Amino acid sequence: MTDLFGKELRVINVGASSFNEDYRRQNIPFIHLDWRPPAGGDAEVLGMLEHLEARRPEITRANDEVLRRVKSAQGKLVGVKLAREVLPGMDGRIILHAGPPIAWANMAGPMRGAIIGALMYEGWATTPELALALAASGEICFAPCHEYGAVGPMAGVISPSMPVHVLLDEVHEKRAYCTVNEGLGKVLRYGAHSEAVLQRLRWIESDFAPILDAALALAGGIDVKGIISQALHMGDECHNRNKAATGLFLREIMPHVLRTNFPLEQKIAALEFIKGNDHYFLNLSMPYCKLALAAGHGVEQATVCTVMARNGYEFGIKISSSDRWFTGKANKIEGLLFPGFTMEDAAPDIGDSAITETMGLGGFAMGGAPAIVQFVGGRVEDAFRYSRQMHEICHGENQAFTLPTLDFMPTALGIDIRKVIATGILPIINTGMAHKEPGVGQVGAGLVRPPMSCFKAALEAVASQAEVDLLCHAPGCSRFPVHDAEGATR
Amino acid sequence: MNSLVKVLSNEYFDSVTLMSLTAKLRRVGGAEEVVVLMGTPMNLQLMRGLGFTEDELRLATSSDCVIGVRSKDDAGALAEEVLRQLKEGKVQKAEGRNVAPATIVGACQDLAANLVIISTPGEYAAREARLALEQGLHVMMFSDNVSLEDEVRLKQMAQAKGLLMMGPDCGTAIINGKGLCFANRVRQGSIGLVAASGTGLQEVAVQIHRLGHGISQGIGVGGRDLSLAVGGMMMKQGIKALAKDPDTEVIVLISKPPAEEVQREIFALLDTVPKPCVICFIDGAPVGVDGPHRRVVHSLEGAALAAIDLVDGGRGPSAAAWRGESDAVNQIGLTAPTQKYIRALYCGGTLCAEALGYARTVLNPTFSNVAKRQEERLSDPRESRGHSFVDLGDDVFTRGRPHPMIDPELRLKRIMEEAADPETLVLLLDFVLGYGAHEDPVGISVGTIEAAQVLAQRAGRCLAVVAYVCGTELDKQGLESQVELLRRAGVLVATSNLQAIKLACAIVGEGELARD
Repeated sequence: MTDLFGKELRVINVGASSFNEDYRRQNIPFIHLDWRPPAGGDAEVLGMLEHLEARRPEITRANDEVLRRVKSAQGKLVGVKLAREVLPGMDGRIILHAGPPIAWANMAGPMRGAIIGALMYEGWATTPELALALAASGEICFAPCHEYGAVGPMAGVISPSMPVHVLLDEVHEKRAYCTVNEGLGKVLRYGAHSEAVLQRLRWIESDFAPILDAALALAGGIDVKGIISQALHMGDECHNRNKAATGLFLREIMPHVLRTNFPLEQKIAALEFIKGNDHYFLNLSMPYCKLALAAGHGVEQATVCTVMARNGYEFGIKISSSDRWFTGKANKIEGLLFPGFTMEDAAPDIGDSAITETMGLGGFAMGGAPAIVQFVGGRVEDAFRYSRQMHEICHGENQAFTLPTLDFMPTALGIDIRKVIATGILPIINTGMAHKEPGVGQVGAGLVRPPMSCFKAALEAVASQAEVDLLCHAPGCSRFPVHDAEGATR
Repeated sequence: MNSLVKVLSNEYFDSVTLMSLTAKLRRVGGAEEVVVLMGTPMNLQLMRGLGFTEDELRLATSSDCVIGVRSKDDAGALAEEVLRQLKEGKVQKAEGRNVAPATIVGACQDLAANLVIISTPGEYAAREARLALEQGLHVMMFSDNVSLEDEVRLKQMAQAKGLLMMGPDCGTAIINGKGLCFANRVRQGSIGLVAASGTGLQEVAVQIHRLGHGISQGIGVGGRDLSLAVGGMMMKQGIKALAKDPDTEVIVLISKPPAEEVQREIFALLDTVPKPCVICFIDGAPVGVDGPHRRVVHSLEGAALAAIDLVDGGRGPSAAAWRGESDAVNQIGLTAPTQKYIRALYCGGTLCAEALGYARTVLNPTFSNVAKRQEERLSDPRESRGHSFVDLGDDVFTRGRPHPMIDPELRLKRIMEEAADPETLVLLLDFVLGYGAHEDPVGISVGTIEAAQVLAQRAGRCLAVVAYVCGTELDKQGLESQVELLRRAGVLVATSNLQAIKLACAIVGEGELARD
């Protein structure tokens, strides 16, 4: 205690701000906490938190294990294959989508539009009208990408004939999948399904994917995790800014593309396609994050999130110790709109890309990506604070991903639902805004937070202990619901 | 409605700057559409989509900045405004969102803190304290309504880690010369205080300062520390810390009477401490005996005197000099026969207890809301009877409103009530200065005091007002000016709380004045 006497007094003030003036008067260095009642002052939820205190050592050990696994995961892009060839259970009339399970009736415009496009792309319908009827008929099975080890930005639609990036984690022998990013403007992931959109998708399938797959075979795979580490030092946060990472990827793949036996024009077109799309790498960053977090999924007692995803209707999270989705209503995004659009035009939060935030990238790493800050509305200083603040709700940090602008501070890793509830601080996600009508495209970008209700639901499950056997590892297992077109659970 | 397109040839602005500007200008009066874009084919397509004509856009190329506006009134003026803002570069500044750390762990990243001061509502305080102790930080907890179990658990935790857990319900501490929460600015010196009472600590520190000495540390422990359940854990820890502290020569303990067993343990601990000690238990039966290195006193002023005496090796002042206020007693005007009682309205709980403790020895009966004895308790603290000593910091008064040390409003009303009571002879008031307290407690009260005197006068009575200002000339409110304001209002101002109650007793014709 004598360590206090004779030293400079430095105070953290929790509660009444009226004392601050007197600290200032006495030159006492202090921080006034932005304190809010834990759990929003909800005595019942706070009780659950306190109840979990008894299990703290086990939970801490479990969360340590989750982070150990996540950090040790590798992420190598090893091929580009058709979804039905590599994704188990993708050979029927099935369409994967972003976010937690959702019935056709509840789907947002962009997702509906993308599904219409996918049905035509597959040849299951010849016109948008017929596609619409088919989608509503109940003959098509809709399921979340996440249940298939896949992720998709915005609508996140994957149909069996779409090529997907295949990422391999040799350490945990897991794979993750994501489609090829089509670029900006009128694209399927924003619900566009014009002939031009379908043509581009067909070109990706027929021309682009084979070249890239062959190049990757020659390269012996490309380390995606390594590119992310470097790109973070070049101003990317690998969610909304992938400029540097796309450049780095292009640098890696270029010689191997040239070495393939395809016609030169076709190879140039493939390289031009990557070059012309600053977001190409998003569809590699996302499956890497999925892969790493999948390695950390399935640790009993753990309270760390392994999934955050949105379907334009609901926001869903998963925690390592449970295969259940915990959902709440998706929020609207706050940020900047492109010319000609208003907030009324924007669809609620959509896409699997929040997997990057779950992994400590995106909004969590914004402090290292000053260029993105204005785009989503705000100042560089805000981004620094967000990146620091996220440490307050995370179990640990990721030394592989550091932010030069913050003295190489490691990014926060392992969103702990207990800390989210206790502090009232929700994860910060930076994201694009889709038009609520199918096919219009992106209308802006901004920041969004998940609804608190999904964290509360997860906490309840953990606290009740009735959910300890929540884990089930087989995809397609009845333990996680897959909704059909009527919204009924199969 | 009119529409206008302006092409700024070969001028580049990044898209984000342009978007920010657009968002801002769309809110300008009359604006129907504001588009500021670089003239890329995709952007021009977009502008055509918004109804700008091919003809208007014909000159634009990819390296030009294109402004398109449509306004209900003057499109030209709107376009000029866009230009002006573009040139000024003001658009760079977005609204900042201030994100301060929300947790103690988070704050530790920004500041190498060593003390956490907690004043949240009681139901959340224990949790924050636990988080602070886990981080190895000392805690001062101003919050009350914390369960006894939590207090015991937190103090055990602190003890195991060698940390201070001051409180719950600890309103005053002076650490390394810095006054925390409610504390006076006093000279630094060689007297160390450990107190289970906030205003008790304040009064002893102020008296030590007034007598020319200073304090090394003032550790608060919270009002329940010396209960059987808590067992004086923090007072013991405070004693040990001061015993080791090279700057502390004399240790002063201040508390209401502790549980007997706890008292025994504390005395036993003191036997092992090689420094002289003063024990001040307010409003209780006399305990223990003096020794060459130990003084037992029963007033706060007495504690200060004894401590100074021990520091000076017995050459200190033996009693506070009484300064001429006895004459003032004689100046009190003609009182009415109904006027019999002292009505003491206190902000400081321990000051109130001290006054009651003294008054009981000369007046009978006395009533108070801080009294332990059943027969002495005011049945309704909102209503005085006989000689009443009211602590206005009591929960009854402070539930849902600020403490009277911060907001004197409540006491002002009560002053008028007492003045209207024909039985009131003496109004006894304390004014607590220092950090945390009201910026001008006398200033805000003096008008009411004068009004109270007028009210009594009109009813043919004379209201005597006695006050004590617990503060120093270093306090932000300034002791002298506060005292002067009171004197000018005809208030008799004493130099300590003990002197104030003695004076009040003398006015009602009891007790001895000017002889300590």
